[in-house]
Amino acid sequence: MLAEADIWRALEAVMDPEIPVVSVVEMGIIRAVAVSAGEVVVTMTPTFSGCPALEVMRRDIAAAVRGLGAARVTVHTVLHPPWSTEWISDAGREKLRRFGLAPPPRFSGDPAGVAFFDLAECPRCGSTRTSLRNAFGPTLCRMIWYCHDCQDAFEQFKAL
Amino acid sequence: MIDPTLAAPLADRLLAMADDELILAHRNSEWAGHGPILEEDIAFANIALDEMGHAAIWYGLRGDITGEDTDRLIFFRSAGHYRNAQIVELPRGDWAFSMLRQYLFDAAESVWLGQLAASDYAPLAQAAAKIATEERYHLRHTSLWLRRLGLGTAESHARLQAALDTLWPYARQLFAPLPGDAALVAAGILPHPAALAHEWHGRARPYLAECGLILPDDAPSRRDIPRTEHTEHLMDLLAVMQSVARLDPTAEW
Repeated sequence: MLAEADIWRALEAVMDPEIPVVSVVEMGIIRAVAVSAGEVVVTMTPTFSGCPALEVMRRDIAAAVRGLGAARVTVHTVLHPPWSTEWISDAGREKLRRFGLAPPPRFSGDPAGVAFFDLAECPRCGSTRTSLRNAFGPTLCRMIWYCHDCQDAFEQFKAL
Repeated sequence: MIDPTLAAPLADRLLAMADDELILAHRNSEWAGHGPILEEDIAFANIALDEMGHAAIWYGLRGDITGEDTDRLIFFRSAGHYRNAQIVELPRGDWAFSMLRQYLFDAAESVWLGQLAASDYAPLAQAAAKIATEERYHLRHTSLWLRRLGLGTAESHARLQAALDTLWPYARQLFAPLPGDAALVAAGILPHPAALAHEWHGRARPYLAECGLILPDDAPSRRDIPRTEHTEHLMDLLAVMQSVARLDPTAEW
């Protein structure tokens, strides 16, 4: 029988299709892994509800677990508790930055207290001389900023 | 599990919520490539996609009760079987019209979601809490646009006021109870629509005034329209939205 740890390790190699440097585990969307005789159940939660990458992630997760030799794999989706960018791991945040995507602003506890438009740090030069250009971006999870030092646009992962 | 006598009323309410989001998402998506500036093109397409994601959640909850397939509900239902409010099916109009409609809807949805999060039907409460985290961005965006247009130039103000004059009478349908709602309210599954309307008025009215807008006469100028009735615009919308799926109903996507 497969060990839960093996499954978590396999899931660490499943990348977010829109941000292919961060795994679904680092994104915090894998909520639970359960193994019983012949069946593996992975519980995941969506990031943004309308995200077109969700279906791809679901498929990739199932394929990765099947690749370990599991006979039956179920990927179960839950909405509660709602996913939050606070669940992205520190390693994940660093990978976002290196990918060129400023990590989401941090907030603690009450998500209603998110400072949506806190200054973003430019992922290229570290400058905070930046301004928000659009609270929406090329994907549901991104905002567009402008760095006055680089004189170029960059994106930030949206706080949720 | 849901009490069998409440299953049909709950399925009806979920269909109304899902259809509102879907039809509005489709109308908004018509702006893709036509937004006044590139940033807005991107922003409004995102908002449309969010609403479509929310529609998928509501259709899914309905499907858990009825066993229906979401794609069949969307692509193979005729206008007479849609249960959206008329406000979302009206043609997109000019930018002021679309922004004002989205604001009225966002403000209404924010009130609905806030109360639904306390529903005794856990799947509904959980979905509402999830959707609410995303909706905050919409309300913020459309609120800003209302200020910009309402307090901008004489032209932008006139267009926004004209949009409000047209849309305001339609907006109250968003809070009109469905025939089965009373049973859901009694069971603690649904908040009382009249109380929601009151809360919505309390939020929307002062904000619209702040944007320099004058609310049309409050006296109901028309009868209550049931969600079974639609304008001719819904048929045009569905003809476009369903055309590809209906070319080959057995195709696998």
